[in-house]
Amino acid sequence: MSHRDTMDAEMGGDVVFAHTSQLDKIINLARANSLHYLLFGLACCGIELMQFGGPRADADRFGAVFRATPRQADFMIVAGTLTYKMAERLKLLYDQMAEPKYVISMGSCANCGGLFQLAYSVCKGVDKVVPVDVYVPGCPPRPEALTEGLLRLQDLIMRERWKDKRRPPAPRAASGQA
Amino acid sequence: MSKLVLRRVDRNNEEMLINFGPQHPSTHGVLNFLVETDGEVMRRAIPDIGYLHRSLEKIGEMVGYPGYMPYTDRIDYLAAMFANEGYAIAVEKLIKVEVPKRAQYLRAISCELNRIASHLVSVGTMATDIGAVTPLVYALRERELINDLLEALCGARLTYNYHRIGGVAFDMPAGWQEKVIAYLDRFDSSVQEWDRLITFNEIYKKRLGGVAVVSREQAIDYGLSGPNLRGSGVDWDLRRDAPYGAYPDFQFDIPVGRGWAGKVGDCFDRYYVRVQEMAQSSRIVRQALEKMPEGEITAKVPRKVKPEAGEVQSRIESARGEMAYYLVSDGTERAYRVRARTGSYMAMGIIEDISPGLMVADLVALIASLDVVAPETDR
Amino acid sequence: MTTIEIHQKLQEAFGDAVGPLGEPKVDAFAVVKGDRIVEICAWLKKAPGIEIDFLQDLTAVDWPKRNVIEVVYHLFSFPHRHGIVLKVETDRANPVVHTVEGVWKAANWLEREVYDLFGVTFTGHPDLRRVMLPDDWVGHPLRKDYQEAGGFHGIPNLRENPLVELRRLDLVRIAEHLKANPPPPPPPPAPPPAAAPAAGTPPAPSTPPAAPQA
Repeated sequence: MSHRDTMDAEMGGDVVFAHTSQLDKIINLARANSLHYLLFGLACCGIELMQFGGPRADADRFGAVFRATPRQADFMIVAGTLTYKMAERLKLLYDQMAEPKYVISMGSCANCGGLFQLAYSVCKGVDKVVPVDVYVPGCPPRPEALTEGLLRLQDLIMRERWKDKRRPPAPRAASGQA
Repeated sequence: MSKLVLRRVDRNNEEMLINFGPQHPSTHGVLNFLVETDGEVMRRAIPDIGYLHRSLEKIGEMVGYPGYMPYTDRIDYLAAMFANEGYAIAVEKLIKVEVPKRAQYLRAISCELNRIASHLVSVGTMATDIGAVTPLVYALRERELINDLLEALCGARLTYNYHRIGGVAFDMPAGWQEKVIAYLDRFDSSVQEWDRLITFNEIYKKRLGGVAVVSREQAIDYGLSGPNLRGSGVDWDLRRDAPYGAYPDFQFDIPVGRGWAGKVGDCFDRYYVRVQEMAQSSRIVRQALEKMPEGEITAKVPRKVKPEAGEVQSRIESARGEMAYYLVSDGTERAYRVRARTGSYMAMGIIEDISPGLMVADLVALIASLDVVAPETDR
Repeated sequence: MTTIEIHQKLQEAFGDAVGPLGEPKVDAFAVVKGDRIVEICAWLKKAPGIEIDFLQDLTAVDWPKRNVIEVVYHLFSFPHRHGIVLKVETDRANPVVHTVEGVWKAANWLEREVYDLFGVTFTGHPDLRRVMLPDDWVGHPLRKDYQEAGGFHGIPNLRENPLVELRRLDLVRIAEHLKANPPPPPPPPAPPPAAAPAAGTPPAPSTPPAAPQA
């Protein structure tokens, strides 16, 4: 709530965009409350992802159901350790998703490589390959933590403006791999 | 990465090479199968693994003996207690430490509860793969309650890091015993519900009976172990035949495949062996809770674990088969070689030879019934 | 049958191709000659009373100091419930061993893993290729002298220390805060006490505002 207030104050309560902002609210409300996520459970966090969609920490009450195919997905939850062998497939699937798309990086292995800093075959962080919007820490994060991540993503979507067509940030890889 | 390849076999047939994975609904992890097929009946399915190779064996040479315990969780995260226990038993053999009785009982209880949780995921995802989506939610509901119990015991829901070299980390909290008994009372009726709902369902029997038969000789030759081996009719269980820990004190049955829905060694046998093992595990936990002795929960182990040079192998009966740790030590604080031989790796080896002539949907049933998980195959 | 008895029978059958049973530093093993490993394994599988039908594990250990790569076979028998551990020492510069896949099919994938991670070539293997690492990976990681490449296919290996990034963000935030609330100028210095005795209380020097919270 507070984010939206400060954002409106920054814009100075501009009259020209009053109508667009109402349209924005309706569009964003629809988008945020029916997010379909691409199942990308790789490792242990994948099991907590299953429990997140399961009976207790129900993701469906927020409108988020899993899709197995990237063509029908709005965002991707990368849950688990990313290895170099899998990184190409991750990029392929991310490219196959339709805009607007988001990425939640779940678990410390996906955030930064986790406890596998000494490993030779682990990619130290998903954001070397795809741009990430929400980082959910934990090893593995509880399903409630992932719910919090989903709600933050919903906040992010609610704050978007149609006039600023959203462009995903570039990945942070040093070699500049787009 | 293999591309889609079309090959003309003869005037009427074309054969495709399709990728089955590595991203498919997160049931068995990231596994890839290259399926050569011209329709529904496959010619061959070649497994392609390594998408979760996290170099755990190399890391074992870099961190010290006690520090490797959280990494063993990640070797098989669904049955993390077993991985912990196997490693702890191996190091205890190396440094010649004896584990107190109470710790052994706690190990057995935590392992058997974890076996129930692991089998729940296995049969739940197997049902989902066959097409029945609801049983997965039932299984996850039961599993959430076990997660709560194990979280009260050791603090984590999935990667427990509970066993230590020389014992276990924490003792049972107050009131935990009653909660476990209450859960087991509820769980025993839930297993019967499972039987009524799924096991003797006509569709299940038709889908799994007689599919992908692994004969006795094949199972032994290919190195299968655990429920896969017992499903093929071999009566072998390390808890009874090469016992370790507190298992000699318990009475339990070993379910062996008998061809309930077709032939011995088909998918249904392997599945039903798991369901019955869950009921037996609940028996073991009840007995352990009754007979729990008093005492220490961990033996005196030096802070820096520095065994003398040598090697050791420890074998335990994990939820997915036999997990054997082979440790080579060269007298320093870091292991020279850590090797975890897992049941799922051997099960992957058999898929290529069983798959000719199966339909694609049967391949799904085969993978699900062998209960392979990606971290065990890839480590 | 105990391990010692199996080892004795093995030595009777194969003579000096079988080394002595090592001291039981927890687990005992016997080193056998690499060129006769297939015969030995086939004999062990068929010999009455031994009948080892289960290849429990096939792995390798790298000893750069002794310049060998040891291939370790853990064997077990279900009917008789006994086992033995055999080792084959191969030259580290060119490690080659004949495959035992003809004896136990379980060796197929186990040998592929040893090839992948150690570089040991198994002659006669039907399908020797990498199993866990990508096909174009360079090197054999579980060797002791393996050097990690800087990345793979353009993805770099290193990650900058997160504390560096957080400190940079802190400094940015402190700078912004100081720009938004500039500290008041320091007050003029207090006059000497002799100049104002009638003021009562001497003017207390005001302290500058505290450093902004990071």
